[in-house]
Amino acid sequence: MQHSTIEKSIPLMSILTLVLVAIGGIVEIVPLFYIKSTIEKVEGMRPYTPLELKGRDLYIREGCYNCHSQMIRPFRDETERYGHYSLAAESMYDHPFQWGSKRTGPDLARIGGKYSNEWHKAHMLKPQHVVPESVMPAYPWLQENVLKTDDIEKRMQVLSMVGVPYSAEQIANAKQDLAAQASGSSDASGLNKRYGNKVPKADFDGQPDKITELDALVAYLQMLGTLVDFSGQQAKAR
Amino acid sequence: MDPNLARTYDYEVIKKFSIAAVIYAVVGFLVGVILALELTFPGLNADIPYITFGRLRPLHTSAVIFAFGGSVLFATSYYVVQRTCKARLFSDFLSNLTFWGWNLVVVLVVITYPLGITQGKEYAEPIWPIDLLITVVWVAYFINFVGTLAKRKEPHIYVANWFYLAFIITVAMLHIVNNLAVPVSLTDSYPVFAGVQDAMIQWWYGHNAVGFFLTAAFLGLMYYFVPKQAERPVYSYRLSIVHFWALSFMYIWAGPHHLHYTALPDWASTLGATFSIMLLLPSWGGMINGIMTLSGAWHKLRTDPILRFFIVSLSFYGMSTFEGPMMSIKSVNALSHYTDWTIGHVHSGALGWVAMVSFGALYHMMPKLWGVTLYSTRLVNLHFWLATIGVVIYIVAMWISGVMQGLMWRAYDTFGNLNYSFAETVAAMHPYYLIRSIGGIVFLVGALVMVYNLVMTVRGGAKQTPATAA
Repeated sequence: MQHSTIEKSIPLMSILTLVLVAIGGIVEIVPLFYIKSTIEKVEGMRPYTPLELKGRDLYIREGCYNCHSQMIRPFRDETERYGHYSLAAESMYDHPFQWGSKRTGPDLARIGGKYSNEWHKAHMLKPQHVVPESVMPAYPWLQENVLKTDDIEKRMQVLSMVGVPYSAEQIANAKQDLAAQASGSSDASGLNKRYGNKVPKADFDGQPDKITELDALVAYLQMLGTLVDFSGQQAKAR
Repeated sequence: MDPNLARTYDYEVIKKFSIAAVIYAVVGFLVGVILALELTFPGLNADIPYITFGRLRPLHTSAVIFAFGGSVLFATSYYVVQRTCKARLFSDFLSNLTFWGWNLVVVLVVITYPLGITQGKEYAEPIWPIDLLITVVWVAYFINFVGTLAKRKEPHIYVANWFYLAFIITVAMLHIVNNLAVPVSLTDSYPVFAGVQDAMIQWWYGHNAVGFFLTAAFLGLMYYFVPKQAERPVYSYRLSIVHFWALSFMYIWAGPHHLHYTALPDWASTLGATFSIMLLLPSWGGMINGIMTLSGAWHKLRTDPILRFFIVSLSFYGMSTFEGPMMSIKSVNALSHYTDWTIGHVHSGALGWVAMVSFGALYHMMPKLWGVTLYSTRLVNLHFWLATIGVVIYIVAMWISGVMQGLMWRAYDTFGNLNYSFAETVAAMHPYYLIRSIGGIVFLVGALVMVYNLVMTVRGGAKQTPATAA
């Protein structure tokens, strides 16, 4: 076929272009929904608790992903600095994914449990107080803003529609579980039953009279990368 | 050309988009400078939540890519399609719909991002109602563009229009798939995809926003304005055919090079790298075709700063499309990924290629739209040098800081321990962040010179008629 035939026909040129640009995406994207390494489940993975989910929403609101990655690459320096390299399964409930593309600040994929809640509070209020070299802005409003929780059930319902396995019981008890995790003192047996005993429970922001955005954000940061247990593998490697 | 024909064209919508482009250029560059200064002098946001780096950075990227770049593309594509088809735009209603719709998108973005109302996907931050509005505008754009093509008096569709058409079609596909989401409320939604699938789709979108929005479409622009300004035919018709189809086919595969060594399967990222490296050929095909269009007219570069904008933009295009494939090689990417090198690379493309070729097109087109001559060629020359020097300062600073960052992260001391804490690597970036800010400011000053020059140009047009009476 002469190229002039294509050049003279809008439908022909449009359709050929569309077919051509569709191929690459189909080949690279579609298999990811079927092959084992991208859909296999790993022991320990669970959906976010209501408080962590709210914290994650705040992480997105503040645009943390613009400076922090959540994807540790399998290099010696990265695994020493940040911990075991990230698995696909560890972000299976992340709508949207938060791997990031830039490390103006350090990777946060396994930040959970590395620092105390008090450290996180001090850091969010004024990063330079704990890390003098930091170029991160301060987030003082997080400890002032009371956490908005009225939409939490709706959020969990939508997430279950797109594939996060929240049970009806988890959705029904969302507000209760959120309060239990953020108080650190009240009865957490329901929360433990629904999300496991390992869920970090505390008055994350040190303000027992209210549940703030800081509670939610720190709860989220403190669970990042802690769900899958890598201790067995590390022991073997030694 | 027949002057009566020109009178039938719809220049009003092009004038509006041109003015919008000039305004958004300044806004986008200014926000970029503020961001650069925030990283240089932390705490500069004075604890104001609306202007933290995290909320402002998406505003910068959207302002320069979609507000400035988008307005340039609407303006030039409407200009090019009318003049190459010798036909008025298909529908005045659709032309206006695209202008007001696109600007409504920009206004909504400017309001929502600082409030933290975002979808949280890089380069696709608008929330779902804005995404729907974008889709409506885009469909109107497609109909208007294709409708105009259908009215053409020439049997052949001119090469610039192939690129614009491919851009419109591909961006529609990418936008729709990447933004599939289920709403929670008017301002919130969760994307349908998660984790590794979402990552792949996001960078399939993200890299082709570069590939089709910032490359294919601007090549379309180049294919009209460079031959016009140089008053020479396109160097090689055959080359334009080969590199158009090769570019369209290959670009779409390149996305996974943003995900090297991540949880994305190896085969996918290798495939992405392979196509990225092959992309060097069609990219340079376009560059060569543009630059060689000047054969026999090289002497014009001495006197015509607009032509200089075009040639330097093509040179930056060639440079960044060499750098890109190199950075997609896995072992290079292991060092460059997550560092400022990527930021430098993006800006050599965005400032050096996209912005400079846009400036050239605006200087060429706006006097013609208003039927006047350019106010000052010397100021174009001044802008040219400010822009060139600004870009070079910017990207050299980012090269140094990026490579240094990558090397410091992986450095070990003699005892086999990590040599630097992360905080030490942050401190080491400080001088380069300052230099980068200066580069950005120089580039911004250049844009302000352009604003002055174009305002005087357009105002001169308004004065022209009474002036002849006096």
